[in-house]
Amino acid sequence: MLAGAFVLLVLAAIAIFLVVRSLPAFSHDTKSFWTTFEWLPDNSPAVFGVAALAFGTALSAVLALVMAFPVAVAVALFISDYAPRRLARWLGYVTDLLAAVPSVVFGLWGLFWLVPHLTPLQHWLADNLGFIPLFADSKSVTANASRSIFAASVVLAIMVLPIISAIAREVFRQVDPALKEAALGLGSTRWEMIRTAVIPPSKGGLAGATILGLGRALGETIAVALVLGSSYAVNFKVLIPGKNTIAANIATQFGEAGRIGRPALIASGLVLFAMTMAVTLLARWIIYRAGAVERSAVA
Amino acid sequence: MAKRIETIGLSCFYGKTKAVEDVSLTIEPKSVTALIGPSGCGKSTFLRSINRLHEVVPGARIEGKVLLDDEDVYDQSVDVVAVRRHIGMVFQKPNPFPTMSIYDNVAAGLRFNGVRKKSELDDAVEQSLRAANLWNEVSNRLNKPGSGLSGGQQQRLCIARALAVEPSVLLMDEPCSALDPISTLAIEDLIAELKDRYTIVIVTHNMQQASRVSDVTAFFTLAGPGQPGVLVEVDATSKIFSVPADKRTEDYITGRVG
Amino acid sequence: MRGRRLSRNAVFGAGLSGVALAGVLNLAYSTWRWAEFVVLGVVFALAFITAASWAVEGRRKAVDRLVSNVVVSAFLVALAPLALVVYFTAVRGIPHFSAVFFTHSLAGVPPSETGGGIAAAIQGTVEQVFLATLISVPIGLLVAVYVTEYGRGVFARAIRFLVDVMTGIPSIVAGLFIYTFLVIGLHQGFSGFAGSLALSILMLPVVIRSAEEMIALVPKAYREASYALGVTRWRTIVSVVLPTAMGGLVTGVMLAVARVTGETAPLLLTAFDNNYLNANPFKGQQSSLSLIVYTQAQQAYQPAIDRAWAAAATLILIVIGLYVVARLLTRRSAFRHG
Repeated sequence: MLAGAFVLLVLAAIAIFLVVRSLPAFSHDTKSFWTTFEWLPDNSPAVFGVAALAFGTALSAVLALVMAFPVAVAVALFISDYAPRRLARWLGYVTDLLAAVPSVVFGLWGLFWLVPHLTPLQHWLADNLGFIPLFADSKSVTANASRSIFAASVVLAIMVLPIISAIAREVFRQVDPALKEAALGLGSTRWEMIRTAVIPPSKGGLAGATILGLGRALGETIAVALVLGSSYAVNFKVLIPGKNTIAANIATQFGEAGRIGRPALIASGLVLFAMTMAVTLLARWIIYRAGAVERSAVA
Repeated sequence: MAKRIETIGLSCFYGKTKAVEDVSLTIEPKSVTALIGPSGCGKSTFLRSINRLHEVVPGARIEGKVLLDDEDVYDQSVDVVAVRRHIGMVFQKPNPFPTMSIYDNVAAGLRFNGVRKKSELDDAVEQSLRAANLWNEVSNRLNKPGSGLSGGQQQRLCIARALAVEPSVLLMDEPCSALDPISTLAIEDLIAELKDRYTIVIVTHNMQQASRVSDVTAFFTLAGPGQPGVLVEVDATSKIFSVPADKRTEDYITGRVG
Repeated sequence: MRGRRLSRNAVFGAGLSGVALAGVLNLAYSTWRWAEFVVLGVVFALAFITAASWAVEGRRKAVDRLVSNVVVSAFLVALAPLALVVYFTAVRGIPHFSAVFFTHSLAGVPPSETGGGIAAAIQGTVEQVFLATLISVPIGLLVAVYVTEYGRGVFARAIRFLVDVMTGIPSIVAGLFIYTFLVIGLHQGFSGFAGSLALSILMLPVVIRSAEEMIALVPKAYREASYALGVTRWRTIVSVVLPTAMGGLVTGVMLAVARVTGETAPLLLTAFDNNYLNANPFKGQQSSLSLIVYTQAQQAYQPAIDRAWAAAATLILIVIGLYVVARLLTRRSAFRHG
């Protein structure tokens, strides 16, 4: 009814307004918007591009997922198949509590507690695994506590974990118990039963859960802004400071942005919206196609 | 190699509720024993306590003994995984693993036990499928998913899967109740063939099936409303269905009750 | 069928020796570091237990044990950040709670000085969240009712699709939209109301989703009984379906409120923060609890940072409190998942 139409309107309007309002930025110099690394739209001449930001956004999100996925799946398995039945629901609620912590609190904690505590780990990674380009070059920076994209990704991973885990839990819960009985009846250990009867039918749902987590990681603003500060670069060295995400950039630059600055930020927001929309749609498509999960579980 | 199953004073509990009371029953090797009785009298619970599958329900336990050829199935030092390998089970609704091929379904149990060599697996899969009277129908499509078969074929696939690990005993929990009459007949013929090599226990609601297929029949019923299930009478099938000793058995068989 | 079993004492012993080894290594190689000790201790304990199991119980059981242990450890790893965040926020924040803190705003208090508080922030948060709830709950309920009770056609599917998309909107994009539409487009300037609009964009899909779920859980039999009595569809919804689903609906709303109370990014672009008390949400910038944590955290002075922790502690107390109450209510409500 009316209400539904309203929702439709809202979304359409978002897209339109963002495009319209970001036009000033685009009209300035469309091509370099996609390729420039620096963000100095209020200089003259203005120099800004979304390249570094998009790169940072994607890199931090992917890193976060790589760290969060195994843990999230293991936690979901624990709750669905290992924990005592009566505790299971409450353990799920406790895991979901991670999602209740506001991102600004994660950012605060990340900045003042996690970053200093991660420094030894980052040094260790650079010392011992420095030959992998990902981990190179940490010691050349004098910063005592490294506000690197690695640290930001760790915080992101913590924030994304409950989302992936909740969906994975639901997917595992819906596995046909007859299949589990079939495996056990053949004389299998619990792990053998899980890898035969629980995980294979769940693959579609797990893929969807991951992608939803990806969407969340792409759009996370405040925690990343607090941990990273602001700088721009494009490289794969995750242990040194120097990269940023679109969302965090908007947050930190918005206050002082000027005539070109604001539309430029809006333009970058549009890019982010497109990225997350694509990811969200992909996730929904995968989840529904896998038929693994009721719609209501994905919230 | 078929083995004897003996239960001595077996009672089955779900938490504090007693579902089955004090059943003492001997099942001879190379025979088919049918467990009959009205719904809810604990036949399936009793069956599942033989291969310790009822343990997957939290709070389930037993009192009494279950012996497989004089070995106590519930002994402390016994590995429950080994028990279930030696005492196989086929379920009411056919449950092949949907994401696996026919070949992989049959080979699943063997792979758990660490069998890796392709030639060994190939032989075992073929033998089991032949033993289940399914080989001729699927030999040319072993790589297709198990879920693509008809109901009767799926059930025979599950039987092949159970046979592949070479159990001594085969437990069947109403294996035909989800199947059409033709498939049912095919499985009954199969049971007649299998009894030469295995000990078979079959729970069934269908009395005609029990009288067709089994050598020995055991009749269970509820001791009273809200009471646990008990074993009323066990004897040669021909006797149970013609001159049962207990009146409750007679009532059930003649359809006066249950 | 017999197999050898690893006794409980043996498992314990193997685990303990792993932990001991980690301790020894830690002392030998560097100054004592707790994090290293815990991580290494767990790794070595698992390794030793698995090895012992492999030797005594065989490969299959050893692998099974290893997976069980890993899964339990993963759970603890996942909980650790939660415990750490709550603990540190409480430890660094609660000591700075004071009467001043809750009754004064930041007016005239520079970052380098103590004093000042979150009065303006609390005012802002309360007003913004209240308005956002006022907007999104009725609309959300209507949409949810429409989709579950009437929705079979294309329109309903389009709405479901859009709600899906809306759940994926990053919070900052929601802020951007209200900024371009209301703040600039309609020349309204920054305001608490703009903030609450941005919050509603985020709240709406959550409310719709959980309302849909709760309404769908009402058994068909209830509706059919009502129709059989000759009651119209709309009245059935109002007098039978909604009351039955009420418990779950309340829970859903509480969870949605908990979610937006902590939001910062959209408010950055719409309410824009204010050190001074501003009781009018429709005019002029407003602060919020989340904003004050954000701005104070970035200051170079310890008093500001202390205030940030204290505000964060307040925020966490509210949000987690809401969450816990909502879940406890779920226990009482008639309809629960399995």
